[in-house]
Amino acid sequence: MAIKLSLWDRRLILSAIQDAFIKLSPRLEFHNPIMFTVYIAALFTTGLLIHAWINGDPISFNLGITLWLWFTVLFANFAEAMAEGRGKAQATSLRKSRQELPAKKMESNTHTNAKITIVSSASLRKGDTVLVEAGDFIPSDGEVIEGIAFVNESAITGESAPVIRESGGDRSSVTGGTLVISDWVVVRISADPGNTFLDHMIALVEGAKRQKTPNELALTILLTALTLIFLTVCVTLLPFSIYSVNAQQSGHVVSLTVLCALFVCLAPTTIGGLLSAIGIAGMDRMIQANVIATSGRAIEAAGDVDILLLDKTGTITLGNRQATEFIPAPDVSIETLAEAAQLASLADETPEGRSIVILAKEKYGLRGQELSELNASFIPFTAQSRMSGANLPHRQIRKGAVEAIEAYLRNLGASLPDPVRSSAETISRGGGTALVVTEGSTVLGVICLKDIVKGGIRDRFLQLRHMGIKTIMVTGDNPLTAAAIAAEAGVDDFLANATPADKLKLIRTLQTQGHLVAMTGDGTNDAPALAQADVAVAMNTGTQAAKEAGNLIDLDSNPTKLIEVVEIGKQLLMTRGALTTFSISNDIAKYFAILPATFAATYPALDTLNIMKLATPESAILSAVIFNALIIVFLIPLALKGVSYQHVEAARLLRNNVLIYGLGGLIVPFIGIKLIDYLLVSLGLV
Amino acid sequence: MTAIALWQVTLYLLVLLLCVVPLGAYMAKVYQGQPCLLDSINTPLERMIYRLCGIQSQEMDWKQYLRALLFFNIIGLFAVYAVSRLQYFLPLNPEEFSAITPTIAFNTAASFVSNTNWQAYAGENALSYFTQMSALTVQNFLSAATGMAVLVALIRGLSRSETTSLGNFWVDMTRGVLYILLPLAFIFSLILISQGVIQNLKPYEKFTPIVNNATEQIMPMGPVASQVAIKQLGTNGGGFFNSNSAHPFENPNPMTNFLEMLAILLIPAALCYMFGVMINDKRQGWALLAAMLCLFIPLVLGTIAFENTAHPELTQLNIDQSSGNMEGKETRIGTTLSALWAVATTATSNGSVNAMHDSFTPLGGLVLLGLMQIGEVVFGGVGSGLYGMVLMVIMTVFIAGLMVGRTPEYLGKKIEPYEMKMASFAILIMPIFVLLFTAIAAVTPSALSALGNPGSHGLSEILYAFTSMLNNNGSAFAGLNSSNPFYTVLGGLGILIGRYWIMIPILAIAGSLARKKTIPQTAGTLPTHNAFFVILLLCVIIIIAALTFFPVLGLGPIVEYLMLWGFHGH
Repeated sequence: MAIKLSLWDRRLILSAIQDAFIKLSPRLEFHNPIMFTVYIAALFTTGLLIHAWINGDPISFNLGITLWLWFTVLFANFAEAMAEGRGKAQATSLRKSRQELPAKKMESNTHTNAKITIVSSASLRKGDTVLVEAGDFIPSDGEVIEGIAFVNESAITGESAPVIRESGGDRSSVTGGTLVISDWVVVRISADPGNTFLDHMIALVEGAKRQKTPNELALTILLTALTLIFLTVCVTLLPFSIYSVNAQQSGHVVSLTVLCALFVCLAPTTIGGLLSAIGIAGMDRMIQANVIATSGRAIEAAGDVDILLLDKTGTITLGNRQATEFIPAPDVSIETLAEAAQLASLADETPEGRSIVILAKEKYGLRGQELSELNASFIPFTAQSRMSGANLPHRQIRKGAVEAIEAYLRNLGASLPDPVRSSAETISRGGGTALVVTEGSTVLGVICLKDIVKGGIRDRFLQLRHMGIKTIMVTGDNPLTAAAIAAEAGVDDFLANATPADKLKLIRTLQTQGHLVAMTGDGTNDAPALAQADVAVAMNTGTQAAKEAGNLIDLDSNPTKLIEVVEIGKQLLMTRGALTTFSISNDIAKYFAILPATFAATYPALDTLNIMKLATPESAILSAVIFNALIIVFLIPLALKGVSYQHVEAARLLRNNVLIYGLGGLIVPFIGIKLIDYLLVSLGLV
Repeated sequence: MTAIALWQVTLYLLVLLLCVVPLGAYMAKVYQGQPCLLDSINTPLERMIYRLCGIQSQEMDWKQYLRALLFFNIIGLFAVYAVSRLQYFLPLNPEEFSAITPTIAFNTAASFVSNTNWQAYAGENALSYFTQMSALTVQNFLSAATGMAVLVALIRGLSRSETTSLGNFWVDMTRGVLYILLPLAFIFSLILISQGVIQNLKPYEKFTPIVNNATEQIMPMGPVASQVAIKQLGTNGGGFFNSNSAHPFENPNPMTNFLEMLAILLIPAALCYMFGVMINDKRQGWALLAAMLCLFIPLVLGTIAFENTAHPELTQLNIDQSSGNMEGKETRIGTTLSALWAVATTATSNGSVNAMHDSFTPLGGLVLLGLMQIGEVVFGGVGSGLYGMVLMVIMTVFIAGLMVGRTPEYLGKKIEPYEMKMASFAILIMPIFVLLFTAIAAVTPSALSALGNPGSHGLSEILYAFTSMLNNNGSAFAGLNSSNPFYTVLGGLGILIGRYWIMIPILAIAGSLARKKTIPQTAGTLPTHNAFFVILLLCVIIIIAALTFFPVLGLGPIVEYLMLWGFHGH
């Protein structure tokens, strides 16, 4: 779904420019208290300009200031429009999949002999059941209650490989607008029109329902307070100027235009102008990562998380136990064991079975044969026997867990040799699973099955630890196996033999200790834990219940995504902090430009403070205002992309960012203002 | 700067730092209700007070705590006003002083209840012994204890979790006075008396100096030592005499000068250690003390250097300035100790003086103004200085916290919109009102008539007055006729705004923090006890004040300096 857009897409810029002017409506400006004060200042100087023009006073300076104050407002609007534009482009592509679709509404819930009427998807209500067959679009969100089908969800996920959707289990949820490409399913609709997943997504990416997040709110409060202080500074400067001019009997009282210019320069317009763009861009980055946040709050919370609960299967390990080794019994050759193991697994379609065949082929050159060629029959795994295998002429090969094979041998009057038992125990201790292979009553040896830990995951966890985030592996394995895998993957802790109730309890305990917990989940039984977690990423393939309980939905259904989500959350907060610091440190240079310019006529000595040696008072003030406006435009890319995130501990991160944005913010305007002043003078504009 | 000046500063800081740990640890015990040194004497006394006043020591939430505090302070306000208006009819008035004017009485009441001690009157010419003792000295104790109580409530908010209770105001007040202020003041008074500070209730003495043609003069008397002790210890600063600690009866010799200076910083510095003990992380307390010292020491050295330079205008008059700018300073105290005292008294919200700040060099005066304008957070008033500092820490943590990608937190407590609202509110008030009141005065003829100097120095005088009052410092730049009704009324209002408009949001923050969970520390937590954080905190403090006050300081002391020292611009 996430369409990739270049930062400077031409169409995007053109429509953002247009929006920047539309946003000049006072009703829209009012949302941002800082920029609203700039807006008022611009209106005020416009009034002063008209007044001067009517009176026939010189207006070139007033005109310059007024124009650049309006540019300041427009640039901030443009930044916001750019951020929104990206969201709108995503929304347009989503809307295409929300056209009205024909639906086969069923009178009763069973597939067979139900009466079917063709209705429009817009008339479907929660609880209706529809039949969707190959080639049909799924008309609205729902849950599969019967059947199994391949569904192409590329409209939502951007992933073209079809996915299986079936009734029961954890893959029952379907999304409106996706295409069934094989078989059929009966879907119970779970959302009224206008309230579907797609509708929510469109509203979210468009920013229509965007509310200020707690952190953004707190920052707005701080910025408003600063703005109020600077407003007082500028307002009181008028009486101070009157007092000084009276006392000194020289110079003239500071003009209102200059005071407005000073105010706009001092007010934290850089961060004020970019604040909403940063928030929208954060949401957009989530979408680019194929994660849908149900609220901006969830993205922020992701940055705060200090414990990740990770499911072992799929996140830490590849998810399938795979054969890694054959350990023959004494007096049995390894080839014999490998051959028997392969034969026993030829018809075993489970990933484990396949991995045994592959291991035998790769390590011992045993090519897989067809059971039919061998005149063999396959013995499938049953809950009673807990073994599988193959019966060949004169050969009965079985493989199974230690306990199952022991019981099997006892029936045959044999027993498990001690060396085999001990190698099985060694395997268990190492986090693997042992399968014993027998032929008749002869024990041939053990197959070692292991969960393969994903490559690179260990480094990832190390990075997380540096960031102060603890990882806890959750697994249904026994503690012994869990401990071994935990050690191999480098997680900080693990929860073994975990049931959904255990998971919920663990989250509650951690939260009582003050931790913020993130987790991923897909199944219905994950829903309570997802609802309890501070940040809950639900898999898009998961059940409706899980999706409703989560506050983020991962369209790729990739459990490792949680780590990326945390980084995006942190990046969002960092961008705000960095630009605030930059904005405030900027003010110092602006004082050195404007104050001497304003008061040197009264107190020539104050010109000593004109350390940038700006040409004239007019050029000094105009340069500061122009710098203040242009810096917003220059920082738009940073606001949209976010500051780069490094995997280091907080103290180092802070030092780096303070040096770049604090010290940088102190120095850059001195250079910038001087440059603009130089340009203004050399172009003869002042 | 001479070596002897450096030695004086070093000795001063050394003795101060030696007292920090024992006093801080003791105060922590007092406020945590643990057994401590004076239990045997004070416990029965404490019980008796609780029984007499009907105090039940149950814990209060922030609103109850605030209500009790405001109620108690309003009673104090009326009491001081009533006593100073009715002093003619009250005992212990040998000089038969009549009532002071209503505006001055209001200003004085506001000033002493709020630990400001701005004095719009001259003590020895206006107030009876009874007023000095029962109204002013009593408030010196109570206003100091109030400041500490608010600090302790804030500390409880930071250190407790998931509760609404912040302690009991009446208990905190009683213990603060009985266990900390009274014993310290008692010992200190005795030392002062031993050094020649007077303590009597006699009528003023008449005498004729033994010089030719001398006329009879009056020598004021009074219970001075008992008031001087607490005025220094409780960062009150209101002198018994008009010339405050420049008067030989308040500050007779180098020993008393040293001890009185020490007393200015004693409790505020020790409170930092107490903070560390009470939140169970001493490093945090040390970090705050380090931040204070990092600003204090350079400014002390700078001011000493400025005051040791020759004043250009005096140089033109061929006046010997080999011992620095002696204008407005006591010859027996000298420039170094005057500068050290001046920095200490403006760094804290003490406000007692041993030299006239009006006559400091422009840059020396700028330091004093600056120390108040950063919000009295370098040591600051007892209690109020540290809670002001915590406010600045919250600001710093907020900006810094965002930069490490987490919701900002301090001591495991999340700083969220509510805290930011209250902190912004508290930080906003002082600068806005200082600027507004100064601006009004700068264009009001009646206010300008009170000025002692024209031009940029006059602007500094007005700015200093409102800066001092809004920050509850109380020191005067002098040169300004402070009994002018414009300043007494507007200033009195400013004093109350500056004190309570910060206390209320502080208690609200304390209440909100107490309800929150304490988040465990991880590598992702922003450390608030290391050198880098201290630097950042200082940057935030300085930048907020500089951005607010740079223009007006530019038109006041800065331009005065540039003109006097002959900078004429490009």
